[in-house]
Amino acid sequence: MAETMDQHKRTEATQAAICSRGVTRDFKAGQQTITVLHGIDVDIRAGELTYVVGESGSGKTTLISIMCGILWPTEGEVKVFGTDIYDLSDTELVEFRLNNIGFIFQQYNLIPSIDAANNAAVPLIAQGMDRLEAREKAVAMLEKLNIGDQADKLPSQLSGGQQQRVAIARALVHEPRLVVCDEPTAALDAASGRKVMDLLREVAVAEDRACIIVTHDNRVFDLADRILVLEDGRITHDGAEMPEGH
Amino acid sequence: MIWIAIRMLTGDAQKFYGLVFGIAFSTLLITQQLTIFVNLIERGASGTYNVSSADVWVMDPVSRTTDVNFPMPSTALDKVRSVEGVEWAVPHLRAGASVRTGEGDLEGVSVIGVDDATLIGLPKRMVEGSADVLSQPDSVIIDDVGVTRMFEDGTSPIGERLELNDQRAIIRGIADAIPSFTSQVTLYTKYSQALRYVPGTRNRLSFVLVGAEHGISPQDLTRRIEQQTGLRARTRDEFAQDGVDFIIQNTGIPLNFGITVMLGFIVGVAIVGLTFSLFIRDNIKQFGALKAIGVTNGKIRRMVAAQAGLVGLIGYGLGVLGTVLFIWGFSGNPTFKGFYIPWQIPLISMAAVFVILALTGWLALRNVLKTEPASVFR
Repeated sequence: MAETMDQHKRTEATQAAICSRGVTRDFKAGQQTITVLHGIDVDIRAGELTYVVGESGSGKTTLISIMCGILWPTEGEVKVFGTDIYDLSDTELVEFRLNNIGFIFQQYNLIPSIDAANNAAVPLIAQGMDRLEAREKAVAMLEKLNIGDQADKLPSQLSGGQQQRVAIARALVHEPRLVVCDEPTAALDAASGRKVMDLLREVAVAEDRACIIVTHDNRVFDLADRILVLEDGRITHDGAEMPEGH
Repeated sequence: MIWIAIRMLTGDAQKFYGLVFGIAFSTLLITQQLTIFVNLIERGASGTYNVSSADVWVMDPVSRTTDVNFPMPSTALDKVRSVEGVEWAVPHLRAGASVRTGEGDLEGVSVIGVDDATLIGLPKRMVEGSADVLSQPDSVIIDDVGVTRMFEDGTSPIGERLELNDQRAIIRGIADAIPSFTSQVTLYTKYSQALRYVPGTRNRLSFVLVGAEHGISPQDLTRRIEQQTGLRARTRDEFAQDGVDFIIQNTGIPLNFGITVMLGFIVGVAIVGLTFSLFIRDNIKQFGALKAIGVTNGKIRRMVAAQAGLVGLIGYGLGVLGTVLFIWGFSGNPTFKGFYIPWQIPLISMAAVFVILALTGWLALRNVLKTEPASVFR
């Protein structure tokens, strides 16, 4: 019976966008070893807007860093669309990220000296696409995000909300299957924050695409399809709404 | 990605210009100082190169350069003439003297006595007048650098009377000569006249200038002369090199210029290193984001190399151009007469720029490569 359950879990896992099993992460602090994640087992499904929420230091950033292949777990395995990403070589992993994952950073991290279209085109240029062709695609993505008219502007000439849209365009321009966002509404007011979340739902969530968002912005909790609550490196809640008391 | 790297750098105008300035200044200092150094020490060979017709210089065994010589007895000339393979041999005198100018100033000069009959020993070209003027009584020919030193107001020296070691001398021509290391005024006159101007010891013959017979190499001839006369004989190129070596061995010039060149290198490393590190530090988040997105370390390396290459190319070009303008701008100044940039020097400064950029680029790159992609989420 237990074997059948395991098999069922494995089948489910292969269908999930992200499947993490027994993910543990330790950090050294002097002579002490601090365990930030304690054997996390979780599946992130495609077609859902998934929030990872929790207090500062609960391990949410560490968890998504491991899920998107930029931080090695101490133990456990992570499969992204069926690929065990930590079984890949360094070069393969970098290439996997380039082709399958889009990133939206809290501080956007746009390159200040190139315009919005070229910023959005960075993943395509990194993939080796001709710069002008990449720019065309990026402009089309910016138009989809309603800032096509800002394509020629430098990041410093854009508002915070517009910079966020450029960052979203950069995350989506190469059509990744997984979009990872770190506090995308932290620097925005409530209305702009909701607009960004609506936008992410519209453009980043699809049947074959997963979107995972780290946030502690309770103004947008109601927009999630699924909320994972992390406390002290453990998932203490997994549901469509925030548990009472949070 | 190279285009992005270049735009990242040029978009930060302050740091871009700072880096270009650092490389340009370093290149200028290294190229210009090395150029002056090489040209200056080559002046040690000017006495030899001014007498282009002599294949071999014969001298007392203790003589070292055209200016550091020990006079020989006049019989040395006959000894040399008797050596097989010598086509011609003429006396040559070089000595110091004092001149009182028309204004009453005292000037130390170098007196060169050239062969009375053939005038071998004179520079090849004349700026004014001809070599024949030496046949007139009390005639001297002054070198062009000497004119600028003794006649600063621009008056023509032709016909000017000088009191040369208490005797009358009249300037009747101007020679186009390579200045000496000290840029001392040089007066050319006939050998017999020079003996009168420069009284001294029993032996007065400074050098015997020799022409080799057709088919005899100067090297062979020097060996023969040394074997048969007991005197020291050097080919023109060997003796020119002796003059250069003398300056290198007996002056602090190589050390002083070496220190300046080293300072140029250090200043380059300091300015470029600091600015490059600041640039990388300011952009570390962007580099981190690129790494997270999926830009490999190899591509990051190429990006930083492209940035360093652009700065190096522009900075080096400006530095070398600055040196060319400097040499061109001062070409009218007698101190810099005949100065040129040997082709090896731009190559040396290019190598120095490469080392500066490789070193500072590597230091800056270490920070980027050490940056964990995960740091962008912190």
